[in-house]
Amino acid sequence: MSKPFLSLQNLTKRFQAPKGGEALTVFENVNLGIEKGEFVCIIGHSGCGKSTILNILAGLDEPTEGAVIMNGKEVSGPSLDRGIVFQNYSLLPWLSALKNVTFAVQARYKSWSKKQVHDHSMKYLEMVGLAGGAELRKPSQLSGGMRQRVSIARAFAIQPELLLLDEPFGALDALTRGSIQDELIRIWSGSDQTVFMITHDVDEAILLADRILLMTNGPYARVAESVQVDIPRPRERANIIHHSDYYDIRNHLVEFLATRSKALAGKQEEGTPSEPSIVRFGAHGVVSGPKDNRKPATSPVE
Amino acid sequence: MLASLNARALVLSLVLLAVFLGLWEAASPKQQLAGELTEYELLMGGAEPKAAVPPPSDVIAKAWEELSNPFYDAGPNDKGIGIQIGYSLYRVLSGYFLAAAIAIPVGFLIGMSPLMYKALDPFIQVLRPISPLAWMPLALFVIQDSQASAIFVIFICSIWPMLINTAFGVAGVRKDWVNVARTHELGPLKTAWIVILPAAAPTILTGMRISIGIAWLVIVAAEMLVGGTGIGYYVWNEWNNLDLTSVVFSILMIGVVGMLLDTAFAYCARLVQYQE
Ligand SMILES: Nc1ncnc2c1ncn2[C@@H]1O[C@H](COP(=O)(O)OP(=O)(O)O)[C@@H](O)[C@H]1O
Ligand SMILES: [Mg+2]
Repeated sequence: MSKPFLSLQNLTKRFQAPKGGEALTVFENVNLGIEKGEFVCIIGHSGCGKSTILNILAGLDEPTEGAVIMNGKEVSGPSLDRGIVFQNYSLLPWLSALKNVTFAVQARYKSWSKKQVHDHSMKYLEMVGLAGGAELRKPSQLSGGMRQRVSIARAFAIQPELLLLDEPFGALDALTRGSIQDELIRIWSGSDQTVFMITHDVDEAILLADRILLMTNGPYARVAESVQVDIPRPRERANIIHHSDYYDIRNHLVEFLATRSKALAGKQEEGTPSEPSIVRFGAHGVVSGPKDNRKPATSPVE
Repeated sequence: MLASLNARALVLSLVLLAVFLGLWEAASPKQQLAGELTEYELLMGGAEPKAAVPPPSDVIAKAWEELSNPFYDAGPNDKGIGIQIGYSLYRVLSGYFLAAAIAIPVGFLIGMSPLMYKALDPFIQVLRPISPLAWMPLALFVIQDSQASAIFVIFICSIWPMLINTAFGVAGVRKDWVNVARTHELGPLKTAWIVILPAAAPTILTGMRISIGIAWLVIVAAEMLVGGTGIGYYVWNEWNNLDLTSVVFSILMIGVVGMLLDTAFAYCARLVQYQE
């Protein structure tokens, strides 16, 4: 079996309590593999440790135990191969929107001329709908949604192998959100980029992801299930709801968030599998039978 | 009538100024003519021109005279106000920029490194409250030059606010912004230049503005001690000449120059200000 592009091996994160007290174990023994080119969403309640995982993948934070391997190399420290859209945008407030992108592009493509850097940055800003003067404004003069778009343009413009998105569309209105989701899918499908995205939005996850990871509540959170989304692409917002798998998947996700995220929470006993169980629907034949009897089938770990 | 707040404030300022000058003028004792003096006053020496706080009209006349020819130089004890202020500014700015050249890099270092912060903190805490003029004897003895000693005193008084504010500003740069630098693999110099310096600039500029204010306060006292040239010496010299009109005029000039320095730094501070 070939090694996946990105693998999380026995990842554990504990935060030391301020004074003496017991350390907070956010998650323990997380094992995951993500293939090159995959689009993976992770869903879980607030505070379960999604951002913590993402920060470790980014190399900004270190796991207490375990390791992240990307391309056969252990992740140690941040890199331009991993682009990040932070939950709070993290734009530099003293730079214009354009400069917030150009400095990143310049850092990525050191040999490029000023003009190349500018044109490349503008291309991505236009892609997220920020042009025609708005790019010259400072972040404080932009709305939350516009700031988020600058931050997205910055991450995309450096064309990283792995895109890490922390609730990137949270601050956007439905219309903008839709158009940027489309843009994200367009950019992603035209490249061999891998995407790891945190979201709260079940429909967004089904629309975008190849696979949806479900995280239980913390502390001792786990990635309990990995739901395969086999709805063919390109997926249209308007049509996807007519796909036979759509509501099966959606109900499964909603039900997980409503009940099982809590039920499965807490410290696991030694020896329980530390990899998420894989859940599939529909065409792949694992689920069949009368609707009232519908239970997600779980297949053994690959 | 709906005048803007600024316009109304200006009018009020002018009224207050006029009232103040009027009261001052009225309160100033007129030099009486000798013929009107009583015998008693004559005996008491009242015929001598008495040193008194001059009325504003005299000060304005003096200002007009001085400012119409500020750069004349008629020997060590008689130089134009422009030349005196020039000397003071030269000392203040050389001591000040020398201090900035040390305080800002060292402040950066302290702000970046908690170890250096803790190690240097006791020294800063002890040295900072020392009155700059207390250094004067030591400076005169070690440097053996009164001009350089004055510059040293400016240096030592302006270094602390800049050092502390730089360290404070650098240490307080938001972690998110440092993470932006890290994820873009910026080296230490680029991180300092692209992220830390602009992020800390408003705090650093605040320190620089406090420093220039202190430096201008201290130079007057320092020049009274070292003598020779400068606006501080000028005040003291005119006092010795009992020329109170010149004393009042130079006090006003000290205020005006101080205000201009502060305005210049406030302007620079606005340039680096950003809104989160
Ligand atoms: N630097 C930190 N120190 C201590 N606890 C932290 C720190 N960062 C996060 N936590 C805790 O870890 C848990 C997971 O946080 P986070 O990953 O931000 O959750 P989310 O899934 O909402 O992104 C939370 O309980 C949070 O309080
Ligand atoms: Mg989060």
